[in-house]
Amino acid sequence: MTIVGRGNEAGARLFRQWFEGLTAAADEGRGAAYVFVMGSLCELLRVFDFPIVFPEINSLQAAVRRVAAEYLNEAENYGYSPDICGYVKADVATQLRGGAHPMGKIPKPALAVATNACNTYIKWGEIWERMYGMPLFTLDIPGSRGAGLASSRGSDDFERDRRYVAAQITELIALCERVSGRKFDIDRLRQHLGWANELNQGWQRVLELNRSTPALFNALSDGTIYLGVVNGFRGAPEGAAFFRDLVEEMTQKAEQGIGTPIDEKWRLIFVGVPCYPIFRRFSELFSDWGGVFVNSTYLWFASGGANLGFCYDLQHPLDSLAEGVLLGVRDAMDSMFFQTQALVRMIDDYAVDGVVYHPIKSCRTVSTGLADSRRALMAQRDIPSLFVESDMMDKRVVSEAQMKNRIDAFFEGLAARRHQAAAAPA
Amino acid sequence: MAYAAGVDVGSTQTKAVVIDEARRIVGRALTDTGANVMRAAETAFRQALADGGIPEEEVEFVVGTGYGRYKVTFGNTQVTEISCHARGAVQLFPHTRTVLDMGGQDTKAIRVQPTGEIIDFCMNDKCAAGTGRFLGAAAVALDLPLSELGPTALRGERAVKISTTCTVFAESEVLSWLGKGKKIEDILLGVHESIASRSIGLLRRVGIEAEVTFTGGVTRNQAMVDTLNKRLGLSVNVSEESHYIGALGAALFALDRIVSARAPAAAKGAA
Repeated sequence: MTIVGRGNEAGARLFRQWFEGLTAAADEGRGAAYVFVMGSLCELLRVFDFPIVFPEINSLQAAVRRVAAEYLNEAENYGYSPDICGYVKADVATQLRGGAHPMGKIPKPALAVATNACNTYIKWGEIWERMYGMPLFTLDIPGSRGAGLASSRGSDDFERDRRYVAAQITELIALCERVSGRKFDIDRLRQHLGWANELNQGWQRVLELNRSTPALFNALSDGTIYLGVVNGFRGAPEGAAFFRDLVEEMTQKAEQGIGTPIDEKWRLIFVGVPCYPIFRRFSELFSDWGGVFVNSTYLWFASGGANLGFCYDLQHPLDSLAEGVLLGVRDAMDSMFFQTQALVRMIDDYAVDGVVYHPIKSCRTVSTGLADSRRALMAQRDIPSLFVESDMMDKRVVSEAQMKNRIDAFFEGLAARRHQAAAAPA
Repeated sequence: MAYAAGVDVGSTQTKAVVIDEARRIVGRALTDTGANVMRAAETAFRQALADGGIPEEEVEFVVGTGYGRYKVTFGNTQVTEISCHARGAVQLFPHTRTVLDMGGQDTKAIRVQPTGEIIDFCMNDKCAAGTGRFLGAAAVALDLPLSELGPTALRGERAVKISTTCTVFAESEVLSWLGKGKKIEDILLGVHESIASRSIGLLRRVGIEAEVTFTGGVTRNQAMVDTLNKRLGLSVNVSEESHYIGALGAALFALDRIVSARAPAAAKGAA
């Protein structure tokens, strides 16, 4: 029996179930935990039975479902500038609409947890504080001091960083107890950490398996479905089961040489956030040329570091949670700010033909350094790269004709390069 | 004798070039694109054939390029104008390493290998600032024909500083300078400097390496050529054929296809 395609179907089904659960919670008037993809701490928040809301995912779903413009306009009519992050504005409009969302109804926040991985997270959380008077907990994660300068595990520096995070988690637990009215149960935390372990290790393995030729999944399209499960079901039994199955599916595909439906001619890496307002078309602009994304920095940083495959020590759950959060969020930040060395390794490991940089208007955090990053990569590797700008939410700054022109020229260049290499004397 | 043709359907004008097997241009034509893109492509192609006295049946392969390349319905395939300008520029000026194409709605900076293959490129994003359309807006504001812009700017002595980067707002800025009593010549010189400055910004992004070849419709504007030369500190390559370089590049890709069809094993994978 074929299991090919099972992950995409199961991912879509889990997503629908997740939003059905959120709709039920909203209808019951239950307050949710609002969290972000880089450092969600879902493992801990599930101990207190909070419905988990990822406003970033709500917003991108509005874009994929082609209603983002309505939401953005509503937030702009309310007073937000066109230059503000589109994710924030779509969420503001969702709140102004009482939680009405194309996938259901979003419950109001009872508390929010943000990390410093994105400066907008904190300002975004402050909007909810003003709207609802609920607490925002900001977790301050010590980042890398520079490219390759993260404190290493076992060092004194790392232990200080870990203790700093652990102390904050202790404060968060007290806040969760107060907001939820439930006592913290360390055995339940162990259970959720165990499920998170399976998910983390499964995600790492799935990414590794895509070194296969042909690639087993397209990181830009299929990968985004899997990423949704990484976030929405971290620390949940459904997430653990999904990744057990996905590893099985990808292993079978690798053994049988089954790739994506794309006739793979070019293996690419994607750097940045996808163009959700034309999500399918954006992917087709590459796949029409036989371009398959074998990996993406998005699948690292937007997974909050789950790509590392970190395994929590269930004998020491709180200490280990602090360590996992520190490593995961730090890696997510490194994936945005110090990505060059990782890209160089990936070019070799995944036999990559080209790199596509996609800076977006909405997100200066992820886009600001990309021009510089591209130059640094080109200085280290003779590899073609494309720099194409649009947005992850706002179709007003997505010019498909201009994008297509650049993407077509990129592939023409790849073809000319391959032709030249083939014609060169051995 | 077999011929190859390239049709470059730009946002403002459509150009067509027919070349022979020795890569010589034997026919060329230029027409306004207008609202009917397919008709413009057809018209330019037929006029180029007539210009060279070439029977249509002797043209074995046609490549469409430019934003309207998919509307060249009689063509055999499409190649982007980015590849075509690079290829055409190196054909006309073999020492070209950097290409600046200034078209009606976009400006491209392209760094090329000696073979004409692209190393890197970038273009203006989302708005027409720094493109030929910027000149068009100034022409409207000053009630001058486009052909007069360059000669008028060349008489300018003290360029005014055009600060806006928006083509639409440029028109009102030009009017405000007129209102302040500035001379038309100095305003236009400022407009040229503003466009040159933005174009050179694009060139710097890909890296400026001599020789620099200037392509597109604005090459006919001597004031722009002079301004670029002054700001770059070198002399950009320009010729009578510069306006046709995109179409020429397309015709060269078409000729490649003719040649590779004759020797199929030799040219697999060409653009």
